[in-house]
Amino acid sequence: MDTVILQHVSKSYEKDVPPALQDVSFSVKKGELFGLIGPDGAGKSTIFRILTTLLLSDKGTATVAGYDVVKNYHEIRSCVGYMPGKFSLYQDLTIEENLHFFATLFGTTVEANYALIKDIYEQIAPFKNRRAGKLSGGMKQKLALCCALVHRPEVLFLDEPTTGVDAVSRKEFWEMLQRLKQEGITIVVSTPYMDEASLCERIALIQTGQILSIDTPANIIKAYPGKLYALTAQKVYLLLKDTRQYAGIAQCYAAGDSLHLSFKDEAKDHPASLLSWLESKGHKGVSIEEITPDIEDCFIAKTSIHE
Amino acid sequence: MSERAIVCKDLTKRFGDFTAVNHISFDVDQGEIFGFLGANGAGKTTAMRMLCGLSYPTSGEASVAGYNVFKQQEDIKRNIGYMSQKFSLYESLTVKENIRFYGGVYGLSDKQLKEKGDELITKLGMEKEAKMMVGSLPLGWKQKLAFSVAIIHQPRIVFLDEPTGGVDPITRRQFWDLIYDAAGSGITVFVTTHYMDEAEYCNRISVMVDGRIDALDTPANLKQQFEAASMNEVFYALARTAKRSAD
Repeated sequence: MDTVILQHVSKSYEKDVPPALQDVSFSVKKGELFGLIGPDGAGKSTIFRILTTLLLSDKGTATVAGYDVVKNYHEIRSCVGYMPGKFSLYQDLTIEENLHFFATLFGTTVEANYALIKDIYEQIAPFKNRRAGKLSGGMKQKLALCCALVHRPEVLFLDEPTTGVDAVSRKEFWEMLQRLKQEGITIVVSTPYMDEASLCERIALIQTGQILSIDTPANIIKAYPGKLYALTAQKVYLLLKDTRQYAGIAQCYAAGDSLHLSFKDEAKDHPASLLSWLESKGHKGVSIEEITPDIEDCFIAKTSIHE
Repeated sequence: MSERAIVCKDLTKRFGDFTAVNHISFDVDQGEIFGFLGANGAGKTTAMRMLCGLSYPTSGEASVAGYNVFKQQEDIKRNIGYMSQKFSLYESLTVKENIRFYGGVYGLSDKQLKEKGDELITKLGMEKEAKMMVGSLPLGWKQKLAFSVAIIHQPRIVFLDEPTGGVDPITRRQFWDLIYDAAGSGITVFVTTHYMDEAEYCNRISVMVDGRIDALDTPANLKQQFEAASMNEVFYALARTAKRSAD
């Protein structure tokens, strides 16, 4: 049986606004590292709050570690670890006090599961007498992870653990998750950074309360509809403005140092015709090549079909 | 007025025996999009606060919009715009009220406020939302509105501190369209971001490490210099040399 199962879950907060979740279903296998990938407002936190029994859904059912989120909320609370998006440790307790507090809350001790948190805790241990409110973002993140792990949970829920964190710390954080996965912990993690999707075994792309697709990152990329091209020239912004005027373009947007684009109809419009059109507009050094899309390209393609 | 929007030489800020910003020197041209990168704790915020006239440097020199960061802080504040994800608009005021409030703070007259306000609402296509509370708008709309408000007084420079965090990829790109437009109208854009693909959209980029600027060039030149395929690799190569932790 899968460790996390959601079936047709819907949730509305207010009457006149669109629902936060619309008929969301997915499941996470035991020991899997599963990513919820989507922007702010997609419904990621709502999913976490339902799975951690902090919020009731309007429709649908969900189970975590075999327990129903409504009937067996008590059991769930003791076997999951949860790191909410907003830092929610006690600001006026020190690092050490926070950790002991959470261990006691779960009826265990820091020593009992120290092996699990050792690697992470040692990085913040030199500051163990500092109050949590006085820590930097990266240190708060590590402490919150320790507190979520202190009772050796079966399932770990991490709501945007890397938001606002720099690229180096983000990389380190994902390395920590890989190690926890090896310990057999099932991990559900959300992120608005599309480039982190490839670090998960399977991902769900989510936007405005709906799942756009669920698969391995490689399969999602394989399923990209049509061909994607990268276009470059000397003046990229002017190139973007002009290319968008070209009738045969389905989509064109900036991506790093080039533009990514797709054609409405490959049979009628192709790179060569676009190139000569751009050159007639005075663009210099234009080049175009077919490329493999990344998760962000897939997300953009999916959301525009949706609209 | 000087040609350069920002001139900065050996700018330094010490807190006790901790040197947060260590002799940084760089110039930014009028109308340039300048990316200001660095790991958490590298000193970006401290440097930005000095440039915005919010904090006195310990030593060094800098002028922003032609004004001296030691002596003319109030003139600086009148000639820049500022937006960050943490501080932008008042959620419990409507779109129109926010425009009027910030326009007023930035010194626009009643007549200008009316004209600029209507123009801005039309440009953003927010006619229907003009009387809605900002708190009820989607994040992407808030960010676009916050940016437009930050340049309502046509400042010489706008400072953007991680403006695009959390929004979807399409909205993030629409936001950059606004940035390019602003730069096209002559406004200098000084921007920090954790999205390395956005770093590529900048004309030039600086990377701070342990309070110093360790690299400064166009994205293409930096990639060449570090033999990297992407800005992400450049950033990683530089930031991992950092000695101090982000605390």
